[in-house]
Amino acid sequence: MASKKKLILGERLRRLEDPPLITGQGRFADDINFPHQLHMRIVRSPYAHAEIKSINTESASQIPGVVAIWTHGDISDLGPIDFRADKSAEELKAFRQFCLAKSRVRYVGDPVAAIFAEDPYIAEDAADLIELDVNQLSVISDADQEPGEFDEGLGSEAALLTHTFGDVSPVWDSAYLVVDVDLRTGRHSGVPLETRGAIGVHNKTTDTLELYGAAKIPHRNRDTLVRMLSRPPAKIHLHEGHTGGGFGIRGELYPEDILVLVAAERLGRPVKWIEDRQEHLMAANQGRNQHHLARMAFDQNGQILAMADEFWHDQGGYVRTHGANVPNRTMCMLTGAYKIPAFQAKCHFRLTNKTPAATYRAPGRFESTFVRERIMDIAAEKLGIDRVEIRRRNLIGVDDMPFKIKFNEPGLETLVFDSGDYESLLDKALVHFKWDELQAELNERRAGGELVGCGLGVFVEESGKGPVDGARISVDINGDVEVLTGGASLGQGFETTMAQITAAALGADYNKITVLHGQTDRIPYGIGAHAARATVMTGSAVNITALKVREKALDVAAELLQTTADRLDIENSEVFISDNRNGPSVSLAEIAERLAPGSKNLGGREPNLSAEGFHNTKESAFPYGIHFAVAKVDAETGHIKVERFMVAYDVGRAVNHMLLEGQLVGGCVQGVGGALFEEFSYSETGEPLAVTLADYLLPTMDCAPAIECLVTEDAPSPTNELGIKGGGEGGINGVGAAIAGAVDDAIGQVGAVKELPVTPQRMKVMLNRAG
Amino acid sequence: MMQKHDIKLDINGKKYEIAVEPRRTLVDVIRDQCGQTGTHAGCHHGVCGACTILLDDEPVRSCLVFGIQADGKKIRTVEGLAEGNKLHPLQQAFTDHHALQCGYCTPGFLMLAVGILEKDPDISHDDLVSALSSNLCRCTGYANIITAVKAAAEQMRAG
Ligand code: FES
Ligand code: FES
Repeated sequence: MASKKKLILGERLRRLEDPPLITGQGRFADDINFPHQLHMRIVRSPYAHAEIKSINTESASQIPGVVAIWTHGDISDLGPIDFRADKSAEELKAFRQFCLAKSRVRYVGDPVAAIFAEDPYIAEDAADLIELDVNQLSVISDADQEPGEFDEGLGSEAALLTHTFGDVSPVWDSAYLVVDVDLRTGRHSGVPLETRGAIGVHNKTTDTLELYGAAKIPHRNRDTLVRMLSRPPAKIHLHEGHTGGGFGIRGELYPEDILVLVAAERLGRPVKWIEDRQEHLMAANQGRNQHHLARMAFDQNGQILAMADEFWHDQGGYVRTHGANVPNRTMCMLTGAYKIPAFQAKCHFRLTNKTPAATYRAPGRFESTFVRERIMDIAAEKLGIDRVEIRRRNLIGVDDMPFKIKFNEPGLETLVFDSGDYESLLDKALVHFKWDELQAELNERRAGGELVGCGLGVFVEESGKGPVDGARISVDINGDVEVLTGGASLGQGFETTMAQITAAALGADYNKITVLHGQTDRIPYGIGAHAARATVMTGSAVNITALKVREKALDVAAELLQTTADRLDIENSEVFISDNRNGPSVSLAEIAERLAPGSKNLGGREPNLSAEGFHNTKESAFPYGIHFAVAKVDAETGHIKVERFMVAYDVGRAVNHMLLEGQLVGGCVQGVGGALFEEFSYSETGEPLAVTLADYLLPTMDCAPAIECLVTEDAPSPTNELGIKGGGEGGINGVGAAIAGAVDDAIGQVGAVKELPVTPQRMKVMLNRAG
Repeated sequence: MMQKHDIKLDINGKKYEIAVEPRRTLVDVIRDQCGQTGTHAGCHHGVCGACTILLDDEPVRSCLVFGIQADGKKIRTVEGLAEGNKLHPLQQAFTDHHALQCGYCTPGFLMLAVGILEKDPDISHDDLVSALSSNLCRCTGYANIITAVKAAAEQMRAG
């Protein structure tokens, strides 16, 4: 009989986090209040690029209930918002954002003043009365136009970044085929349903600053705040409550987070800020906005000989906390699942007068997969090789694992694809999707006049980048298990996942486990939830810690049951002798009681049934996947309907299949949004044209395709004991690529889709060109 | 400060006698003045549906109604769905079918679905999808929401 321990990992257990959320008892940012709090309202620039002449706050300050109004001059002692500790590239420092604009505004939405009032409605009234006098400056509207000026004497190209391996130069002239493409990905963002919020409190008793509404990486943000505010780590604490979706954009340090903290201290009252939707759509990080000129060389069998890409990354008005992380990830992951002998990528990392950009779910990967897979489709057509076959011929093989990509540039980290059988996933996916039957069916429908086709995208994801995370687990005398982590939860089911890992490793009853996260005052370290790290890093730390607790419990139980630890097992919080399940047993609660401080039964042991443990790794875990799409184009309206979609994904090991599929399906529908509807567009003068959810179109239920998931566990990661790889980004990575391929196929023009999203307007243009 | 008006609200059977400024939206009044924070706002513009409540048993976006307009009316919110510890079939189905991730959209979807199913327990799949398409969810991709609502509908029909 399979033991419970084996079963609980992977089981589709109901989530521990659901009860408060379905009964209206959640604690999201706007649900948090402190007595005597002030409300902050940010006054934002209506200009995309301008020099500030003056800011008149006079009439606004007359409104009863307005307590203070700040402009940059009031907080000039506060430096710009820092990069995370590990991203402090000197050359980018000049492009950081101050909490309130200093002498220039650089995008519509750039904070210029902060109003603190007794009531949010009053603060908003006052904001309308602020007069901003400026000299308008010429607007840099796109990264690929002539560079302009970020500041006097400082150009808008913040950096020219490269990633290369091998030598591409001899290849182009001799290759059998060279495919050149000119491709763009639109500006998208996570757009969580809950806008951002931040509540700052200064605890005067302990002189501690507390930030509520934190998310994603509370500990890393605490470290940045320690540097920026010159306070010791013990005097700044971040607290994560419920979080209404993150997707990479929530939880970075933004101007508003710092303003509420500084104001709480200086004004002596708690300060609450809740973003409105319009602000969110012009102030929160955006992403994806890249223009690629890429090429690949092939021999006549479709073998890739080289890849080169020059691209322009539209960073928007400032470089935020990630530095140049997104263009770097783009370059790292461009070659995807293929073996490519020579590679050269060059990125123009440029500032423009738009909302600043940063990470959004599968950052750099959604974009790079789109570019690479577009080329594969075109090459297949030109060489007369089947689209699937040309990919198969280039896949990194199972014997190549671990597969290393070492870049020529000194200092760039070497990628090590830890494990994978890419071809086997491809085979399984083709069968599961009934790819061959599908071709016949589509041919028939096209013959009948329908514009319908299919496409695919093959990719490698990245997850679980170290270096370290830890956990503390304790069992109390009631048998309740507390799992204390420095992780974060953005709705992905973090608590359930950690509880399942704990239950499996320790043998504790799943329903007696409480998982804590996002509280910097409870645990001094924490990696947070970013770049699909949570399950891999925190999960591994929890596993290691739970095993330590188990060992201690077994040691005590062996004494009580007069046997040896290796003959014992634990299930549902009860320790018993493995080959005598119905015999004597002892509960974890009883063991905890025996280990209580001062207990006579302690022997030489440290008190308490608890442990602390760490997972260290230098390596990332690389999951991989394939997306298939079937799409139908309406020739009249240009509307595209995704009829079928499949996500095939290998995660090494799934902790909870239900949650994992939830991540894949949710990510996939976000990808469909990015591929077909969502776009932050701007006028030539830099005015944002999508500032409500009626302009920035999120997918609704009626346009979300039914998504099939094929989750495999063929290639456990050797980087951690459980073999886990991250699941958060596999649903979205290849969506743009697969849908582009399907649209091409539907209209019979390979390579037609050159830009995402394929809006009905763009589709009509393509159809007219064809027609 | 604007002049305030006295109103009476009935939220989940509980009476609130409060004074509101005419410009306060109902969602703000329910949350800030009545302390019922289960109802969420995702846009304040009538687009996302997170703030959906039942006003005299009709699903309504509470960000599009002023508090004063609800004077004397019967309001139902997510906090009133469960009876003691017994979850409403829709709540149970949402957790059974993993129809929520962050849970921010959930109260709005639950109230919308309650409104739909109370009025038309036999609603067809297509009509249900089209009715639920008025609310946004950014996490789940919707598949599990439709599954959950249909499972609950069946449960509710069975009594
Ligand atoms: S908050 Fe009311 S519809 Fe979005
Ligand atoms: S569960 Fe997050 S918005 Fe629906």
